[in-house]
Amino acid sequence: MKHLILILALLASPAFAVQPDEVLSDPVLEARARGLGQELRCVVCQGENIDESNAGIARDLRLLVRERLVAGESDQEILDFVVGRYGEYVLMRPTWAGANIILYIAGPILLFFALFAGFFYLRRRGMAQNVAGADLSKEEEARLVEILKD
Amino acid sequence: MIIELGHFALILALAVAIVQAIIPLIGAHKRWPGWMAVAIPAANAQFFLTAFAFGALTYAFVTSDFSLRLVAQNSHTAKPMLYKVAGVWGNHEGSMLLWVLIVTLFGACAAWFGTNLPPTLRARVLAVQSSIGVAFLSFVLFTSNPFLRLQNPPFDGQGLNPLLQDPGLAFHPPFLYLGYVGLSMSFSFAVAALIEGRVDAAWARWVRPWTLAAWIFLTIGIALGSWWAYYELGWGGFWFWDSVENASFMPWLIAVALLHSAIVVEKRESLKSWTILLAILAFGFSLIGAFIVRSGILTSVHAFATDPERGVYILFITAFFTGGSLILFAIRAHAMEAKGVFSMASRETGLVLNNILLAVAAFVVFIGTVWPLVAELAFDRKLSVGAPFFNMAFTPFMVALAVIMPIGAILPWKRARLKRAVKSMSGLMVLALAAGLLVWSMQTGRTALGPVGIALGVWLVGGAATDLWMRTGRSGFSARMRRMFKLPRADWGKALAHSGFGIAIIGIACLTAWSEEDIRVAQLNEPFTVGTLEITLLNVNRLQGPNYITTMGEMSVSENGALVTTLTPEKRVYPVQAMPTTEAAIHNGFLRDIYLVIGDPQDGGGWAVRTYIKPFASWIWAGCIIMALGGLTSLTDRRYRVAAGARKQRNVAMAPAE
Repeated sequence: MKHLILILALLASPAFAVQPDEVLSDPVLEARARGLGQELRCVVCQGENIDESNAGIARDLRLLVRERLVAGESDQEILDFVVGRYGEYVLMRPTWAGANIILYIAGPILLFFALFAGFFYLRRRGMAQNVAGADLSKEEEARLVEILKD
Repeated sequence: MIIELGHFALILALAVAIVQAIIPLIGAHKRWPGWMAVAIPAANAQFFLTAFAFGALTYAFVTSDFSLRLVAQNSHTAKPMLYKVAGVWGNHEGSMLLWVLIVTLFGACAAWFGTNLPPTLRARVLAVQSSIGVAFLSFVLFTSNPFLRLQNPPFDGQGLNPLLQDPGLAFHPPFLYLGYVGLSMSFSFAVAALIEGRVDAAWARWVRPWTLAAWIFLTIGIALGSWWAYYELGWGGFWFWDSVENASFMPWLIAVALLHSAIVVEKRESLKSWTILLAILAFGFSLIGAFIVRSGILTSVHAFATDPERGVYILFITAFFTGGSLILFAIRAHAMEAKGVFSMASRETGLVLNNILLAVAAFVVFIGTVWPLVAELAFDRKLSVGAPFFNMAFTPFMVALAVIMPIGAILPWKRARLKRAVKSMSGLMVLALAAGLLVWSMQTGRTALGPVGIALGVWLVGGAATDLWMRTGRSGFSARMRRMFKLPRADWGKALAHSGFGIAIIGIACLTAWSEEDIRVAQLNEPFTVGTLEITLLNVNRLQGPNYITTMGEMSVSENGALVTTLTPEKRVYPVQAMPTTEAAIHNGFLRDIYLVIGDPQDGGGWAVRTYIKPFASWIWAGCIIMALGGLTSLTDRRYRVAAGARKQRNVAMAPAE
């Protein structure tokens, strides 16, 4: 199997995303390979993952991933191996480590503060009702009465 | 000669823009009517001069005048006429000229349709709009001049990137720019309001149609781009979280938030400073998007200009307008006092939540997009942020938004009873959950995405229908039906836009969860099975197109012994650029798309063939079109056609408007 893949890799014409000759016969392994393909970036392309890319190096990586899957490695082992070769640049999903934690928690933190600020804004608008009654125009007062009726 | 006239017209337009950016502003400050009135003829002149320059460049492309450097680099005599014209904006210089044309077009529209604006506000809006014109006209003239001649014109041009030679993509940039630049109008109104120190319901009513128009164009532009990616790139993806896609998506999200918060300003005189801030941010994100695309700093498929000088210039423009307006905001925002009073359970609260979710979602997209840059500059780490991150970080916001939307939409203003709203929607809630559970039970061992998407879609579409129905009062069925069609167009627009969102969610969830894929070597006349389909490669022909050579497969698709369709996927080679493209053949269906791609001939005989079955794919773009139609319907509402003025709404209980 390993040899077959390597031979096919050498024979390859300009590749075009995942080729029929790359597909593993075991559907479970192939599904894992496709999952990993989505997580790895084609290093010479512009923001494409290796599954979508037509570049030769993306094909090499796809074959590498499959070769290691067949050899029985886990998904994480394979990702680690590729990162060891090409650096964390190849990971489409940044690692949860060091400064990247900022990236992951920035959204939730902002959401928390926004909800907090929103809550106090709304409460202030609600409280204003008791004191600001005098500021209402005649029309607004009439509407207020009308609304409070039901 | 026409080219030189066009060049000259563009220089004149810059001169006019400078005058228009200064004189009306002074006039409005000093209350000099003559100086304020300068803005109107100036806005007209600026538009017609730029339009002439754009026409001159188009003329050069149509007549294939290769003495013009831009034409020689981006056109070819063998190209079909559509792409000769589309070639005008298929490159950096021409697309910037289109951008400037749209800036001046919106300025001219404000001059034409803004006759009911207070004169000082109109003068200030036009002056601010013109200052944007100055920035981009000078950018075009000094760094990206499309009118440069060549000493020795070549015999033929270098042609347009084949990927761009496609009807979907020919119209993608103009729509996108109408959206991006349309947001400059809301920005100009916001800055003018800050200078005036006054934001009221009337202001919001003037701003909303411009934002709505920009949002409609942006929606169509993004949908066209995504549709193009779906059928052209050859594996049926529709959204890649590419930095340039994100650049168009961030202003879209902020524009949606702005549309909703402006309603609160219009109806309830609250959220004023927040709305101003959103208007600034919406255009700010458009400028950041322009910077991302033009500087090539986050390299992507779209970047056609990687000239540092241009990048720096746009960065300067972005910093000036965003920074300047934010400083102005910091100084003046406190002048905008909220008047409206409302309780915690009210439509206002629903809209505040909508704004929080949309703004934070836009921020998440923003930080994900710029993070590689930040990490490299600040932490010396070269890394990527791709689709897996965005799917994980962004999706929860859209789910939350979809969950609260139908409830928020039916809550009355000021003071609502949450229990009553939930009660009137309880039937629909059960229906949506049941739909989700049904789908859940039918699928085995796959993601929760499909069931959740379907439940949310049913909830949103049903919610929009319920909303319309609840507005029709309490009489008999036929009377209510009649009344439903007489509801204001704004109500219909809202229902359409909200259900369009639901339909798009169904499409995205189903496509992501249940796509089927088959990659194989197909031999001629040997049928193979994918899902329930039987597919046969009948024959493969090599044909000559107008400016390409194509390998066209003929494939029949049948299901249960009956022929469904015959498709002809192609692989084209454009000799001028020596570049291959795939032309997938798609059978669009209501419930599924059948998507065929032909690849290379194999050494052992046969052809590489890929088959995809994409359930509900058309729903994604149908949803986008329905959203845009909703916007259009709302834009034609009576309020915007008659002179703006507070229309009294007597019967609050029956028609709580909007």
